[in-house]
Amino acid sequence: MKVIQISIFLENTGGRIAEATSILADAGINIRAMSLADTTDFGVLRLIVSDVDKAEKALKDQGFAVGKTNVVAVQVEDKPGGLNRILQVLAKAEINVEYIYAFLRDSDQAIMIFRFDNTDNALKILQENKIKVFKGEDIYAM
Amino acid sequence: MIYNIDFETLPREAITAIQLKRLKATLENVYATVPFYKDMFRKARLTPHDIRSLDDLQKIPFTTKQDLRDNYPYGMFAVPMANVVRIHASSGTTGSPTVVGYTARDINTWAELMARALSAGGAHRGDIIHNAYGYGLFTGGLGVHYGAEKLGASVIPVSGGNTKRQIVIMKDFGPTILTATPSYSLHLAEVAKDMGISFKDLKFKFGIFGAEPWSESMRDELEETLNITAVDIYGLSEVMGPGVAIECHEAKNGLHIFEDHFIPEIINPETGEVLPYGETGELVFTSITKEAFPIIRYRTRDITSLHPEPCICGRTHIRMKRVSGRSDDMLIIRGVNVFPSQIESVLMKTDKIEPHYQLVVDRVDNLDTLTVKVEVSESLFSDEIKLLQTLEAKLSSDIKEYLGVSAKVKLVEPKSIARSEGKAVRVIDNRKI
Repeated sequence: MKVIQISIFLENTGGRIAEATSILADAGINIRAMSLADTTDFGVLRLIVSDVDKAEKALKDQGFAVGKTNVVAVQVEDKPGGLNRILQVLAKAEINVEYIYAFLRDSDQAIMIFRFDNTDNALKILQENKIKVFKGEDIYAM
Repeated sequence: MIYNIDFETLPREAITAIQLKRLKATLENVYATVPFYKDMFRKARLTPHDIRSLDDLQKIPFTTKQDLRDNYPYGMFAVPMANVVRIHASSGTTGSPTVVGYTARDINTWAELMARALSAGGAHRGDIIHNAYGYGLFTGGLGVHYGAEKLGASVIPVSGGNTKRQIVIMKDFGPTILTATPSYSLHLAEVAKDMGISFKDLKFKFGIFGAEPWSESMRDELEETLNITAVDIYGLSEVMGPGVAIECHEAKNGLHIFEDHFIPEIINPETGEVLPYGETGELVFTSITKEAFPIIRYRTRDITSLHPEPCICGRTHIRMKRVSGRSDDMLIIRGVNVFPSQIESVLMKTDKIEPHYQLVVDRVDNLDTLTVKVEVSESLFSDEIKLLQTLEAKLSSDIKEYLGVSAKVKLVEPKSIARSEGKAVRVIDNRKI
């Protein structure tokens, strides 16, 4: 039930994100979701892509430092309190969330990408609470 | 004023006669007391008796910084520890630092030479010396201090740092001589300006600047900004400390080397061949009066040339040109000696770091800044910003701890550090000095 996210290290210089996205475009890879975390000097671009292995190889070949991380794609009801419910469940179980970003989808259901400090525990809690979690293959192909 | 008129104005023949006599005694002594030197002579198939003229000095092999490290801490000392009254060490290293020792007589000699140096730089008995060289293992602070007392000047042992307080002291105590690194002096001037104090309203007349390389254009800036006459002082702990050579304020054209205590040579750093006067090469020193830590043909790695022509100040001691560079990759950052290899070993202490780094040195507002760029490798990379930031902070504090120099660590992308012929360019020095 885990989704593999790839992340790359970027210096804060002009055009670096565009270079990364053009490498992915040339390799025929679709970006499903992305988020950028940054400091004054550098940033980390996190991506959910259609083909993890191919994307990793393409970016590595062009000299990027590429990391792979297990994240969890969680279905969130697209209405007030939808995200809150999930976060309350996690907080109660003392599961730490490292970061969250949105996965856009054309429906009344939203998907959020979660990075937990303990992914297995988090998955267990989510399942116990009947919160829908997506399989990697489903996410890559969406 | 010439502090020791007898010795500082000797005719050349008298200087060389004294040098030969003292050299022979020094060689006899180190041969008998320091196993390293005895070995060195043996390997070169020499004994001290084979050195009959100053030219014969060339037969003796060189001593290098590595030799001093190999004999860490006291292996190069020529007297029992009971006779050593002071120990100094070279500014921070990750491996062994170089340790030097002084007998009571050495301290006295050093004070005499520093008194000569301060005199040549314009100081007299009755002057108030604001000594902003660091006190501690570094020889700068205490070297100037003892010389100032010997001269009969009043010394303010302010040491480095705490800049605003230094400005208040300068304003209230009325010092007339400034001893500091040139970059810190310009920083003092800027802080003073921000505090609404102009050096034109202070009592300074002379500034004696050293412990880092500086230039003629920096002299102009120092003299203009600080409203003083600026002279260059040279020294290194391995040879003694500050006061090995000094520019006279009358000529401000090269630094007189105290030849009754040291024999300078200039060599081709590639071949080791001794070069004639006037030619540029690496400076090599032999001490001829030191007791605890005599040094024979020490390669300083500093690039300069020697000029024996008489000087308008009346001193007859040979002059060395302002040091123009290094024959190795050592950097001097805020007075601290830094070798790229030291930074490398600090970085290597952290697992996962690959040896792709680059040092970028700048001078911002007259203070040297060091940025260490480290390439992010696959294994180092994390998708969590805070881990990367923690890594930067840790490396920066390790560098500060081991080398004593503040550095900003900046993570950069893989392969982003320029490589020439496959070899990374380790140092970019943007300072205009």
